[in-house]
Amino acid sequence: MRIRIEKRFDSPRWMDWGLPLIALLLAFGAGALLLAALGVSPLKAYAEMIRGALGDGYGLSETVVKAIPLALCGQAVALAFTMLVWNIGAEGQLVVGALAATAAVRFLPSENFLVMVTLMTAASALAGGLWGALAGWLKAKWSVNEIITTLMMNYIAILGLEYLVYGPWRDPTSLGFPLTPIFHEVARLPQFFGTRIHAGLFLALLTALLLRVVLRWSRWGYEIRVIGQNARAAAYAGMATSRHIVLVLFISGAVAGLAGMGEVAGLQGRLQPGFSVGYGFTAIIVAWLARLNPFAILAVSFLMGALLVGGDTLQVVMRLPLSSVQVLQGLILFFVLGGEFFRNYRLHFLKREGDA
Amino acid sequence: MDLLVPILAAAVRSGTPILYATLGEIITEKSGVMNLGIEGVMLVGALTGFGVTYHSASPWLGLAVAFGVGAALCAIHAFLCVTLGVNQVVCGLALTMFGTGASSLVGRSLVGETIEGMRAFPLPGLSEIPLLGPVLFNQDAMVYLSFGLVFLLWFFLLHTRPGLKLRAVGESPIAAAAAGISVPTVRWMATLFGGGLAALGGAYLSVVNSHMWVEQMTSGRGWIAVALVIFGIWHPLRSALGAYLFGGVGALQLRVQAAGTSIPAPLLLMLPYVLTVVVLTGISIRKGKGILLGAPAALGLPFHREDRD
Amino acid sequence: MTTASPLVDLRGITKTFLGVAANDSVDFDVRAGEVHALLGENGAGKSTLMNVLCGLYRPDEGRIFLSGEEVHFRTPRDAIAAGIDMVHQHFMLIPVQTVWENMILGQEDFGFILSKSAICRRIDELAGQYGLHVDPEAPVWQLSIGEQQRVAILRMLFREARVLVLDEPTAVLTPQEARQLFSTLRRMREEGHGVIFISHKLDEVAEISDRVTILRKGRKVGTVKTSGVGPEELAEMMIGSRVVPAVNKRAGGAGEAVFQARNISVLNDKDLQALHGLSLELRRGEILGLAGVDGNGQTELCEALVGLRPLVEGSLAFDGREMTGAPVRDFLSRDVRYIPADRRGTGLVPTMNLRENYALRHYWRDAFRKGPFMNWEAIAGQTGRIVERFDVVTPSLGVPVRMLSGGNLQKLMLARELDGDPRVVIAMQPTWGLDVGATAFVRERLLDVREKGAAILLVSEDLEELLALSDRLAVIHKGRIMGLLDDPRLATEEMLGLMMAGKPLASFGEGA
Repeated sequence: MRIRIEKRFDSPRWMDWGLPLIALLLAFGAGALLLAALGVSPLKAYAEMIRGALGDGYGLSETVVKAIPLALCGQAVALAFTMLVWNIGAEGQLVVGALAATAAVRFLPSENFLVMVTLMTAASALAGGLWGALAGWLKAKWSVNEIITTLMMNYIAILGLEYLVYGPWRDPTSLGFPLTPIFHEVARLPQFFGTRIHAGLFLALLTALLLRVVLRWSRWGYEIRVIGQNARAAAYAGMATSRHIVLVLFISGAVAGLAGMGEVAGLQGRLQPGFSVGYGFTAIIVAWLARLNPFAILAVSFLMGALLVGGDTLQVVMRLPLSSVQVLQGLILFFVLGGEFFRNYRLHFLKREGDA
Repeated sequence: MDLLVPILAAAVRSGTPILYATLGEIITEKSGVMNLGIEGVMLVGALTGFGVTYHSASPWLGLAVAFGVGAALCAIHAFLCVTLGVNQVVCGLALTMFGTGASSLVGRSLVGETIEGMRAFPLPGLSEIPLLGPVLFNQDAMVYLSFGLVFLLWFFLLHTRPGLKLRAVGESPIAAAAAGISVPTVRWMATLFGGGLAALGGAYLSVVNSHMWVEQMTSGRGWIAVALVIFGIWHPLRSALGAYLFGGVGALQLRVQAAGTSIPAPLLLMLPYVLTVVVLTGISIRKGKGILLGAPAALGLPFHREDRD
Repeated sequence: MTTASPLVDLRGITKTFLGVAANDSVDFDVRAGEVHALLGENGAGKSTLMNVLCGLYRPDEGRIFLSGEEVHFRTPRDAIAAGIDMVHQHFMLIPVQTVWENMILGQEDFGFILSKSAICRRIDELAGQYGLHVDPEAPVWQLSIGEQQRVAILRMLFREARVLVLDEPTAVLTPQEARQLFSTLRRMREEGHGVIFISHKLDEVAEISDRVTILRKGRKVGTVKTSGVGPEELAEMMIGSRVVPAVNKRAGGAGEAVFQARNISVLNDKDLQALHGLSLELRRGEILGLAGVDGNGQTELCEALVGLRPLVEGSLAFDGREMTGAPVRDFLSRDVRYIPADRRGTGLVPTMNLRENYALRHYWRDAFRKGPFMNWEAIAGQTGRIVERFDVVTPSLGVPVRMLSGGNLQKLMLARELDGDPRVVIAMQPTWGLDVGATAFVRERLLDVREKGAAILLVSEDLEELLALSDRLAVIHKGRIMGLLDDPRLATEEMLGLMMAGKPLASFGEGA
């Protein structure tokens, strides 16, 4: 018997949700093997994760808290990926957004809540946007590989953050800890239901809705999709690809920047290093798992949020490092990618004469 | 002179791990496979090299096992990208996530331990040459090995039959297949070998350079290696220069810091990353002026022999 | 020798792609010392059958016998080792590598470390023997298409193949070069090779082959001795009872010149100069034919004429208005339309549906927008109308166009480009790869817009098509116009061939 691989035009509908689901299960299965090899009971670990992330109101609310930046960054990278621009820099754009929001609080203080929030929002979106657009401009002008530039700019942004919180922006009363002073009350996003869920949630929902409408119905969204699916055809249609690259990376960066603002103004109330646990990278999984669909991204970020909260629980209860979550993330992505193969190809099992 | 020699020698030393990773990525990419998992593979290599050396007290064993584990890890990439033909960019990112996570998960117990590592081994005669001697020939064996590897790979790519095959597969897999070459086999081997070298680069960091294991100790060197492949236009000799340039910046920054400058450390640490962006931009501007580059034409594209569009 | 079993015998070969049988239990054999032609229209399954023979595809069903022994080719390596080799339509050479490197690709001899001098010596030897001269150290991308083909043929001999397959080898040659190729093929036949010659051109098949096998829609129609059949019979076997309908060239006087290109020079994708100060003008209600071997700057010219490729020098003018350097959208909005040869790569977005592909070239129009939004309703309406008018066969307007057949893809693209009121149409290879019905349909539609007063540039490799449709005919060679004939009927194939090979019209002199 031999296996023949055959390309196919369209995949059954169940695969849209079925394949990611199977991929998740397989990833957790593979993760279990790894944990068992390290002498940790995978059943216990997974039970703790589920309990921690979804078991009670607090866990659920924390899951939503983590899902907020994931959803925003997920939309950010998904928009770029739609155009086949590889923005791997959501993490850096998020950090720069947080820096800008902090700068707004520091240098443009206002007594008015609305004014302050508007300033923070604008500053973070603008900064994240410009951070992304710089890579976009380099790509548009000289086709500089954006994977490398956006990645390098992550490191630069994070080191910039360290420079500021260890240096000029450090709270003089922090006893040497690298923290900025706590934000004034008007510079805090409201939190709800007595949990840490903050107004960033609305930003995430709004962004999803907006991107859905823009991508599906607007002329600009149509252009983005054409460029992503066939760049030559886009030129043939007279679409200005380079301008779109800069603009898409600006918007992508701006959305990630908003996530950064949400973290400092909605959650932490101050700027400190390590405030992002790699949301910008996890967002890549979110986007891919959701197949770049803005609404699916919301659902998937909840799932990935649960994974992160579960990871926190593991750290506390089972003394496993947070990196176990990264292992799971990598595995999930592996299996999701493997699943795509079955979307595009069909396997035929052929019997050859004489094999019987 | 007194200042220059130690800095140049340090440049070679800190460039070496990047060089190994870059050479590996050149081989992988020449076959048409882009592996963005280098950063994760280097970390796994660093941990493996350190762990094995720690338990066996043999740095050579540590390095060899690191090579093997790196290659094995890249079998995932090869299977997904070569056999199944999935998106290579995303798969590489997944490999980096997995490698980063797995190395710090598995390496918990080794944090804080130290090993003997590898000593410098001045080459008799050669190390006496003024300037060049202390810079190039008063190093450890892995540095000498990397010198050899640069020339070996250059020769392999341009003047041997398997090297020709490798280039053909990366340029036009369909033409290579029609000439009777098994594209998947070549790409698998190139991916495994490239992964092995990347892991060796990581192991050099822990076993030879720092004698300890620290989480995420590669701090982006894997990504710099990916950029250096472009900088070196897929040519081993040029990439070596690039690796030492970046090593030099790293070494310089450490010295400036040690000399007690008023420039804050994070700003100095930014240097290599800023330099990567600047250098890459410079290269791309020249590419725009029509210089033919060595980029394999089929880089990043999956290949199935019986696909018809 | 011919009494022995054939060199290669294919029996009952079946191969399907996406559920469509490209070959349906086809039998085929070739003997030593013969040229066996494989005749059929584009898409009849000729290349598929040969890719099976050469181990590139594995058949779903069927058996292969080599001198009477059954063999299983798992990969091209097996076929090459068995002495079966092929020159593919696209040659399968590695452009950035040198001729000698291409020669030994996949070969296991000549050592681990390559001995260039030994390889080059062998190349020169073979080149002398067969009269196929090439520079072994030249990189392949620097060679002309004809030279590249020579390299590919030489490579088969270099690998000591006994069965030589040539897939549409004359498609890229001038008539003179084709004659040269035929004499090489005859020499191969004399040396006892089995030569398989794939073509869809009747006269060539009649000239070179001993036997001919005809394929139609993946099925074998029959194998006959070439000397025993006339071209009419072959044509009927190839396309069934249908015959290519003669084009009714309709009246429609050439009007004033509306579109001028003056002294334009452009670069190709490798930044090498593709056009050298070329000039031409298109007139209302007229088809200007452009003949030439593929790869002589035709694509670059078409792209330059519609604003897709920047001019290094020269100027473009439409209706007396300067268009040099104008963006693509300006050409579009003045109804300058373009039918590219590369349908899936440039002309359409295969993953998008029919509506989205119609929108590609029209979405900017006021009728199809609602402020910043697409007016999908209006777009769907218009797409439905053109699909009906051009008889595009599709399950719905919502399926990705990659699911359509080649002919329907081309009809869709044509329908889109000819929709509305085209003033200038740049059509590149508009009938390439289409069956007889679709070809006739496409030609009729081009004549329709000509009648309505459009100025048309028709780029084709098919001299018959050009002679049938053109009002004037130009020949391009290496980015220069070799000559412009005001009455194509006066052109002989000999003359066009020489012009395609680089002899300017002016040099033919008065007496010629």
